[in-house]
Amino acid sequence: MHDYAVTHLKQLESEAIYILRETAAQFERPVLLFSGGKDSIVMTHLASKAFWPAKIPFPLLHVDTGHNFPETIEYRDEMVSELGANLVVASVEEAIKDGRVVEEKGPNASRNMLQIQTLLDALEEGQYDAALGGARRDEEKARAKERFFSHRDEFGQWDPKNQRPELWNIFNGRMSPGEHFRIFPLSNWTEMDVWQYMKLEGIELPSLYYAHKREIVVRNNTILAVSEFVQPRDGETVETRQIRFRTMGDATITGAVESDADTMEKIIEEVAAARETERGNRADDKRSESAMEDRKKAGYF
Amino acid sequence: MSTEETSSDSKGYLDMDLLRFTTAGSVDDGKSTLIGRLMYDSKAIFEDQLESIEQSSKQRGDENVNLALLTDGLRAEREQGITIDVAYRYFATPRRKFIIADTPGHIQYTRNMVTGASTANLAIVLVDARKGVIEQTCRHSFIANLLRIQHVVIAVNKMDLVDWSEDAFDKIREDFRKFASRLDNIVEVSFIPISALKGDNVVDSSTNMPWYKGPTLLYHLETVYVGPDANHVDSRLPVQWVIRPHSDEFHDFRGYAGRVAGGVFKPGDEVVVFPSGFNAKIKGVYGGGGELKEAYSPLSVSITLDREIDISRGDTIAKPNNPPRIGQEIDAMICWFSEKPLNPKGKFVIRHCAKEAKVLIRDVKYKVDINTLHKLEDDKVFNLNDIGRVTLRTASPLCYDSYKANRVTGSFVLVDAFTNETVAAGMIR
Repeated sequence: MHDYAVTHLKQLESEAIYILRETAAQFERPVLLFSGGKDSIVMTHLASKAFWPAKIPFPLLHVDTGHNFPETIEYRDEMVSELGANLVVASVEEAIKDGRVVEEKGPNASRNMLQIQTLLDALEEGQYDAALGGARRDEEKARAKERFFSHRDEFGQWDPKNQRPELWNIFNGRMSPGEHFRIFPLSNWTEMDVWQYMKLEGIELPSLYYAHKREIVVRNNTILAVSEFVQPRDGETVETRQIRFRTMGDATITGAVESDADTMEKIIEEVAAARETERGNRADDKRSESAMEDRKKAGYF
Repeated sequence: MSTEETSSDSKGYLDMDLLRFTTAGSVDDGKSTLIGRLMYDSKAIFEDQLESIEQSSKQRGDENVNLALLTDGLRAEREQGITIDVAYRYFATPRRKFIIADTPGHIQYTRNMVTGASTANLAIVLVDARKGVIEQTCRHSFIANLLRIQHVVIAVNKMDLVDWSEDAFDKIREDFRKFASRLDNIVEVSFIPISALKGDNVVDSSTNMPWYKGPTLLYHLETVYVGPDANHVDSRLPVQWVIRPHSDEFHDFRGYAGRVAGGVFKPGDEVVVFPSGFNAKIKGVYGGGGELKEAYSPLSVSITLDREIDISRGDTIAKPNNPPRIGQEIDAMICWFSEKPLNPKGKFVIRHCAKEAKVLIRDVKYKVDINTLHKLEDDKVFNLNDIGRVTLRTASPLCYDSYKANRVTGSFVLVDAFTNETVAAGMIR
């Protein structure tokens, strides 16, 4: 008898491609939010598969905090030219200069909240009606309640208590003028699935994800890479350690882990043995128990 | 890059399959505790997650670590100590990856149970050993049956509070069997006595209930044979998108993209496009950059045909020998999701596969009292959570199957044309 078994990775891939095609079909001006992180890299890879041999029928949008690791930008530009994709950059730096957002003060200031306004402005400017994000439900407990097609009101806000039910594989992207959707094709993936899929597909990642030697400081139990944006404070000492990053965000808040995993295989082993979630090192989530929910309600991705 | 399965050289995770299940029970039956226990004992909960809920439990004055805080992620949920929305959770054992749809038991949130059940292959219905089979148990089983979940596990929880009594367990089993004989879609019902709080028979076998010889809940979930949910006989490809590269290399490429909803498609196959009825032969089958030998459910693919015919989003590609039903009169069971009662004169839009069309409510036949399974032919007003049978008339023809034959081509949702809310889920008869 013919075996029509489909592995879990293939099922997840198939589901994500289905969502990407629904997005292209149901919306007039979708956009893919590209952060340079591994989830958005996988999502971009899936988008190139979904519409092959045609090009991805929507642009990529990068909300640039200005606090990037140079490796991220290099990787982004190379990928965009390879795919022949259209890249739009929304700059937090420029939003600050324009006075649309005001930089946080204090020693733990972060540009995380500023990204929200910059993103909402960019969505409005580009008249985008759907923004594809690489967020997964396993990342954080407020995200566990997120829909594939997540409605945002005219202020870009999320109303978690009043979400549209999603049944079978039917997605309702109807909306009124001024509203938009956030769409999460990787909702059902776990961190492990993402790594396994990258290995299966031979997807290359920015070098930051692999173990390397780097100058770091330890701040609030988080290992931060020393860069032009992160300088040692009084009492902090700069050390060189063998580290890698598990997520990729603003350089001022993305914590590293000590690791010897310098290949995809070793990273998968490390993820399997890990006893801390990947966002465990994100200072932005540690601000309060509902930090993520609050940011999402305000329009974060 | 090849998109063929790599089963020959694979080890471990590349061979894992996927089980989607849903959990249902009434308030305080301990669903979230059970899920927390499954994840904690199978080591799917990370240290920082555990630390964070330990801290919150302490602050709330809970005696034990409150595992429900793992899934009740919204502030309102933690404040009120209830689960508001479907929470999706993930864990894997070396045998399987699991996706759990954790659905709240509050009566006003039945729509969440329907939502969680729509993508599940198995349902765990929790029964409080002290309360036995109650209205809610019947309601949840009825919904599992209606949504065509073939495997049901009755997890008799809180066995520690009835002194691990075999009699209490047996009575629940008998009571449930009497009720379940009328649920024709459920193929298999398993009964497992557990204590989610203490961990008995969840991941590890209980030493408190030597009279129970069956598997633990996790072992059952890992090994239960859930036959392919997909229908591999009736070939259906609802067209989502037409791929036209307009490049020199692929100048004439016209790929009809969609997720196979049933059957098998191979190069050389004769196909018919509905609703137009035009015939063609399949030239190529593609899966994200590579040519495939065949396409079957639930793969997302694109296919090319040997001649140019007009095909667009919403059309269905099928085989000549077993076509779908085509029509504008739809006889269906619906579950009403809106706080606003169904107004049969209201303006609605139906979403079915990749098709969207205006729709009228032609007739409300009856509602079902889902506690007694009686038909209510006098009360025809659909309020939130009501389930019943209606006839619809769509503005353009749909290509559909019965929900019994195909969960993809037999399901739809109704959308309020003014508020854009999803107001009902439907299963075609």
